[in-house]
Amino acid sequence: MGGRLEIDDLHVNFGQAVILQGVTLSLDRAPLSLVGRNGMGKSTLCHAIMGMVAAQKGSVTLDGRPLLGLGPSRVARGGIALVPQGRRMFPSLSVHEHLLLVAGRTKGAWTVERVYETFPRLAERRRNGGNQLSGGEQQMLAISRALLMNPRIVIMDEPSEGLAPVIVDHLIETLRAIAAEGMGVLLVEQNMRVATSVSDQVAIMVTGQIAATMPARDLEADRDAQRRYLGVSHGH
Amino acid sequence: MSLQFMITVTLNGLTLAALYFIVASGFSLIFGLMRTVNMAHGSLYMIGAYVGFAVFDSLYASNATADYAWYVGLLAGVAAAAVAGVVMQVVFLGWMQGQELRQALVTIGLSIIIADQLLAHFGGNPFQFFAPDALFGPTPVPVIGRYSTFRLFQIGLALAVGVGLWLLLNKTRLGIMVRAGVDDRQMLAACGVNVPLIAVATFALGAGLAGLGGVVGATAQPVALGVDVKFLLTSLVVVIVGGMGSIGGTAIGAILIGVAEQWGQALFPTYSVILTFAIMVAVLAVRPQGLLGRTGR
Repeated sequence: MGGRLEIDDLHVNFGQAVILQGVTLSLDRAPLSLVGRNGMGKSTLCHAIMGMVAAQKGSVTLDGRPLLGLGPSRVARGGIALVPQGRRMFPSLSVHEHLLLVAGRTKGAWTVERVYETFPRLAERRRNGGNQLSGGEQQMLAISRALLMNPRIVIMDEPSEGLAPVIVDHLIETLRAIAAEGMGVLLVEQNMRVATSVSDQVAIMVTGQIAATMPARDLEADRDAQRRYLGVSHGH
Repeated sequence: MSLQFMITVTLNGLTLAALYFIVASGFSLIFGLMRTVNMAHGSLYMIGAYVGFAVFDSLYASNATADYAWYVGLLAGVAAAAVAGVVMQVVFLGWMQGQELRQALVTIGLSIIIADQLLAHFGGNPFQFFAPDALFGPTPVPVIGRYSTFRLFQIGLALAVGVGLWLLLNKTRLGIMVRAGVDDRQMLAACGVNVPLIAVATFALGAGLAGLGGVVGATAQPVALGVDVKFLLTSLVVVIVGGMGSIGGTAIGAILIGVAEQWGQALFPTYSVILTFAIMVAVLAVRPQGLLGRTGR
């Protein structure tokens, strides 16, 4: 488990619009948070790594194996799983079917049984449809769906979005437990508290580039940098 | 109006509905997963009928093989349509995924080519399968006395297709993948599923159902060139009424259209054609997504 994800000089345009202009980032054993304001290209970076959008230039490798151009299903089978922004549940599938969809295709620590042990709430709601769940339950399911692929790297795109504070606390615990097991975690967050509680390192994205990478502790202490990069005043 | 008459007309409607369901469920399945409006679906029906009949005819000519000629013809028709569907998906439609208009135009082109090729190879004479002995002749039915065994078989077959599709979609892993693909293809791919392969399998199944309809339809009634347009149009109307991509909706749409068509012909033959489209217009006015269709993406 765990792998080295290297992103080098990645460029993504949508027509005339330049979204990513030379992103260079690497992720190893330690979880990494990626923060930045809306529209800076964080989700596009997630999608580009997964092969869900095409990149014009640059490279993405996992343990030296190039991923660009493979398409999402081969990237996923290559060991990268995505917990997408907005969860993207399948409304036609029940909770249990979401798990069956991805279960058993790879050998690894995560099985359907273990998911139900870890998230008993999902076991209670196994027959419910993906859209009948609360936001927190949907997020647990989206994370479980990714974990069951037993990936080397899991990318989480704003998992705390729209969740109540008490659920966010649970989420932080879950993410720390995943990282502690040795799975690589790339966490995209707007919520500074989540980002800094999960990872020691924080990368900051500004207009399609990584503006800085710094210890989470430093960013937490540096109100000025927070205002500059994230547009937050305090306590967000 | 006698009770016998009413039951007979309704049974005629239901047997027609059964055929419509078999054909349109394939159309709906393909549309549901791939958003492909397959304008060559009627051509797949004809391929099933023509290829099935060519195999049937050569076997039926000999006493030794006549007994099972129909069954082999049925399998051949289904297989031919499924293979044609796979070729269509792999060669033409797969790489223009998501471009619905282009796919519709390509499939219209294919349907013209297929109709001409069938005319060139099989000629333009109408033909009809002979039902096998087990399905031939009448069956006693209460009130109306007796009714065509093959037409009753048609209803049973449609039920079997409906139950089979339901089991496939709800109880198998392939079905889970197909339903997830209907919801969100890209996310399904991000779950590590080879979506193009699922698409080919779905296309084969949908096309095979058109071929099955072709053989069954050509056993119930003589078939000639031009039925491709009729069955394409009927499939469109059935899934528009029932709701695109919903198997249950397709069943309801098929029953409505089949029964309305037969009752229309019984009561006001001159205007019966209008009735089908009147139903479609009424449904579109009240529920644009179809009776069991879902709104949204």
